[in-house]
Amino acid sequence: MPSYAFKLNDKNVTVEAPADMSLLWVLRDLLGVTGPKYGCGVGVCRACTCHVNGQAVQVCTLTAADVVGKKVTTIEGLAPDGGLHPVQQAWMDEDVAQCGFCQPGQIMQAAALLKAKPRPSDADIDKIMNVCRCGTYCRIRKAIKRAATT
Amino acid sequence: MPAHASPDAGQSEDPAGLLTRRRFLTYVVAAPVLTVAASSVITPGKAYAVVPSPPQPENILDLGDVMVAATKQVEDLLVLEVTPDNRVVFRVPRAEVGQGITTALAMVVADEIDARLTDVEVPLEEARQDLGTAQSTGGSSSVRALWDPVRSIAAEARARLVTAAAERWDLPARSLSTRDTAVWAPDGRSATYGSLTEAAAEVAVPAVSTDPKPSSEYRLIGKSTPRIDARSIVTGQARFALDVDVSGALPTVVIRPPTLKGTVESYDGSAALRMPGVMAVTELPSGVAVTAKTFDQALKARSAVDVTWGRGTVDGVSDAEIKERLAKAIPSSTLPALLDQRVVDATFDFAFVNHAPMEVGSAVADVQSGSAEVWLATKSPTGAQSAVAEAVELDVDQVTLHVVRGGGSFGRRIYHEPAVEAALVSQAIGKPVKLMWTRNDDMRHGRVRPRSHHKLRAVHAAGQVLSYEHRMSCVELDLGSGTGQALVDAGYVNPTVGSAFYTLSQSCPYHFGVVTESLNEVSYDMPTATWRSVYSGQARTAEEILVDEIAKALGTDAVVMRKKFLKTAEARAVLDKVATEGEWGRAMSSGTAQGVALHGEYRSIAACLVEIDCRGTKPRVTKAVMALDVGRQVNPSGLRAQAMGSLMDGISTVLLAGNHLDDGAFREGSFSDFQYARQADAPLECDVHLVGGTGKPGGVGELCVPAAAGAVANAYARATGKKPRTFPINF
Ligand code: FES
Ligand code: FES
Repeated sequence: MPSYAFKLNDKNVTVEAPADMSLLWVLRDLLGVTGPKYGCGVGVCRACTCHVNGQAVQVCTLTAADVVGKKVTTIEGLAPDGGLHPVQQAWMDEDVAQCGFCQPGQIMQAAALLKAKPRPSDADIDKIMNVCRCGTYCRIRKAIKRAATT
Repeated sequence: MPAHASPDAGQSEDPAGLLTRRRFLTYVVAAPVLTVAASSVITPGKAYAVVPSPPQPENILDLGDVMVAATKQVEDLLVLEVTPDNRVVFRVPRAEVGQGITTALAMVVADEIDARLTDVEVPLEEARQDLGTAQSTGGSSSVRALWDPVRSIAAEARARLVTAAAERWDLPARSLSTRDTAVWAPDGRSATYGSLTEAAAEVAVPAVSTDPKPSSEYRLIGKSTPRIDARSIVTGQARFALDVDVSGALPTVVIRPPTLKGTVESYDGSAALRMPGVMAVTELPSGVAVTAKTFDQALKARSAVDVTWGRGTVDGVSDAEIKERLAKAIPSSTLPALLDQRVVDATFDFAFVNHAPMEVGSAVADVQSGSAEVWLATKSPTGAQSAVAEAVELDVDQVTLHVVRGGGSFGRRIYHEPAVEAALVSQAIGKPVKLMWTRNDDMRHGRVRPRSHHKLRAVHAAGQVLSYEHRMSCVELDLGSGTGQALVDAGYVNPTVGSAFYTLSQSCPYHFGVVTESLNEVSYDMPTATWRSVYSGQARTAEEILVDEIAKALGTDAVVMRKKFLKTAEARAVLDKVATEGEWGRAMSSGTAQGVALHGEYRSIAACLVEIDCRGTKPRVTKAVMALDVGRQVNPSGLRAQAMGSLMDGISTVLLAGNHLDDGAFREGSFSDFQYARQADAPLECDVHLVGGTGKPGGVGELCVPAAAGAVANAYARATGKKPRTFPINF
């Protein structure tokens, strides 16, 4: 089986996986990283959103080969050493989460947006396609704006 | 109030076998006398002369009362424990699927026992047959049903801890106080609850009152408190069923039939078994399961299994046929209008709607000879436990069922198919498995809110509504678990459970003279389910649309008209609140408009005002103002969260999201074609106001769905000039 090396949450990892194995399952089933969630497996719900080289991506649409030599960050690695990223803090301050299942993906999406656009407009926030079936959208918007000012 | 408390009862009368292994303080509180809540009917104020309607059954005894009574009956089986390391542990006999009840209940415990919130733990209780349906989550009744029992046992615990400290210090118990998970003496000495727990367990009779404290002494109840599990959620540590680390549990998915409830005639799994990582191919009643070392391998091996499918239960049936049958199932009007009277009438159709919780159906099961262990997010733990036991031919007490947090439910997790499937596969292959439904499985074979048809008719004369009829028909709702089972337990006979549920949940909030409401269910063998707010989601939405049309016929403003006919002061208060805060009637550009609606149920009431913009390619709700009177407010932040979530359900089911039935199969397969609202469909502004706030907590989880849906539909009608009749509108 081919093996792939990349950086996962700031640690070097090498994983043996079939070439076509979805990165979501590489993370969850081979590496035991369960923050990224399965919600559709086809790139539409965005519950699996992680960062690859700082960009928000749906890991269910990638393979291990796609990230060779790159930096993969999951929700577990967003803030160093057990701390909180400003977006995570804003999520807590606005009491965003309901069931919480979509929130790792929402937070990774928001963190990437804020990195690209430190002062996102409502139109920018409207472009976020992550589904929250519990309907936390209004608080997500507030939390993004709160994180933008901290 | 507890009649007596016996810490020794744990040794002698411990039906669940839960207490004997505990060395620590455990309370068993005797069951109080069962009481049924009195009618909350309020006669209309003098200012409004209307044709009064007599109280309807829901006003006297509602569905939540059935759950409250069920919980009361087993109150003496609830367990609160104080551990030597100073943790106060209340095992919650409910599911946490996003409602925030664990936070609310932790607040109640902390407030009543005088502990720091961070010292309180609220794990979800394992399935316990002795709790029966009292362990079910549904009917927006969790906090409502547990409010009295939890305060009772926490107050009892506090009294015993104080008594133990008084004995240790040889001081009068009445001179001691409690705060921060400790008992304090007047001289400043303190003892943590953990240090007192063993002595407190020996206390025969508490030396201070065991009554719950008066509301004036609440520190936490009523204060907005962030979710106690917020940090674990935002850091990705929160564990859902498939995140639970059960050693050796093998990923498993199921190949499902092309049509609803199709059967397996034959299959050939040999090619799949030769694929890398594939461990087993197992036939199930619902399809063929593929087990592999990773989910990726299991998912990819599905196409290598050759299955010959038998017919499903509704092959050949599509929406059009069901719609026609539902329309025919409605009896004709019994109340003809006389010559000088006028009629406002309308028919409405609501499509099937999937629950689509973000976390798909999933379960972990480890079945061995003579025992089984299951991990499941379930709102009906005892039902799931029994179903698993039956499937794998074990006794119920040989099955341990751990209740895991759920990634949303909206009614879906009252049913437990994944647990049964996982158990069957685990038994067949002799290994633990973690079984996952794909999103496609959930959309095409998961359950749906039943399609419904509504015929509404109001007769008015001289500014009064003389009679009002609502005839609803829908595809039969499967109420075989959870709250449905609670109704059966309460004495409602099985075939009438649907109508009992309907009767106990429906009442018209207006004085509309002679009110007739009826439900006819049409039988199709389909996977239906309770969907957040159940029948009210459609029935009360339709009514609120008709109310706007009655107002128009009477030549009255929609808010003024509602205030005239509403039965209760609480209803008028929430309506007034949204009208004021939302600037009802403000001038708006053409193509945009406001809409308003309200809904009362679960001993609570909510009003919603929205603004909609219908000028773009699809309508967008741009602003929402909601007002809720839910009685006692335990956690205002959590209440607001439920209102906002319900608003998104209202927006979705009215404008966007539904499922088509084509020839025995659902068309939609994922969030690409099931158009549940996203960020761009959510209002930019959403304010939730809480009014009232005294007495006991009412229900809130489902409360706001009909109010939100009605307001969105009414705003749409005003903005477009079109009468909304079929939902979702963009389908
Ligand atoms: S699981 Fe990756 S987008 Fe849905
Ligand atoms: S919080 Fe439940 S899906 Fe977003």
